[in-house]
Amino acid sequence: MWFRSLCRSVFFGLPIGITFLDTVGYVARVEGISMQPALNPESKNTDYVFLSRWAVRDYTVNRGDVISLVSPKDPNQKIIKRVVALQGDVVSTLGYKNQYVKIPEGYCWVEGDHTGHTLDSNTFGPVSLGLINAKAMCIVWPPSRWQSLEVKLPENRKPISTAT
Amino acid sequence: MTFARIFSKTLGFIGYTFQYACVTHCTFEYVGDFVICSGPSMEPTLESNNILFTEHLSPRLQRLRRGDIVIAKCPSNPKQNICKRIVGLPGDKVRGNFARSHVVPRGHVWLEGDNSGNSTDSRLYGPVPEGLIRSRVVCRVWPLDKITSLTDY
Repeated sequence: MWFRSLCRSVFFGLPIGITFLDTVGYVARVEGISMQPALNPESKNTDYVFLSRWAVRDYTVNRGDVISLVSPKDPNQKIIKRVVALQGDVVSTLGYKNQYVKIPEGYCWVEGDHTGHTLDSNTFGPVSLGLINAKAMCIVWPPSRWQSLEVKLPENRKPISTAT
Repeated sequence: MTFARIFSKTLGFIGYTFQYACVTHCTFEYVGDFVICSGPSMEPTLESNNILFTEHLSPRLQRLRRGDIVIAKCPSNPKQNICKRIVGLPGDKVRGNFARSHVVPRGHVWLEGDNSGNSTDSRLYGPVPEGLIRSRVVCRVWPLDKITSLTDY
């Protein structure tokens, strides 16, 4: 009898858990130095961030948000970057094939905070909004780093012209 | 007394609805779902208002092949889905717009509609990241007289 009730709990509990992780959000470990100094300020200890899926349910992001997205180069890999420009903006690039890029409709421009040590839109160009996976809300671990993530853009990385 | 019973019955009903909604979400997201297609881009293989059964396992396991029909998010509008055929995989040479040839970059696929004269596809917006592919079409289930498998093998 206990076995049957265990099976029942797993059969119903598992989908509830997966649905929760899919629609509300989950916690993930940040690897790499590309978002220094906002995330992983020291290379030794890694930060865990809460990724909100709910915040991007209709694909709306703002300039300065930290988002996680599926890498355009490798669908198995998720990357975490900051949104620099949205559709219609003109952005001055750092080492992309064109010096100035107008972001097409349905795309955004993402960059890591650690300029020069990050693989971002300056390498692979604007990314489609459909690749956005979640929005990073706060650092949850380690406790000493417990804080919400600021929405900010470095002054020198603001788009040259913004659409709206 | 009756109030308490009605309350607990309602609570139980909501709980069951919630559980089944979660099971449905997981099935549609990880196993397979049904899609109604519209638009002329895949004629004559598919027509408007055909209902297709699609599976989500192959894109997740990266087992896509040339010739598969897939459902992907439109690169320029993530709320819209597109249904196209995979013509090129990473490393393939394909003919793009104005007969310019492209090599499909890593992590991307080249999608084209079967109705090449009336299809908005990779010839217009370039290679599509694999991360945008949602599912692979298995068969057509509606209309009933046209039930066919749509896989090549």
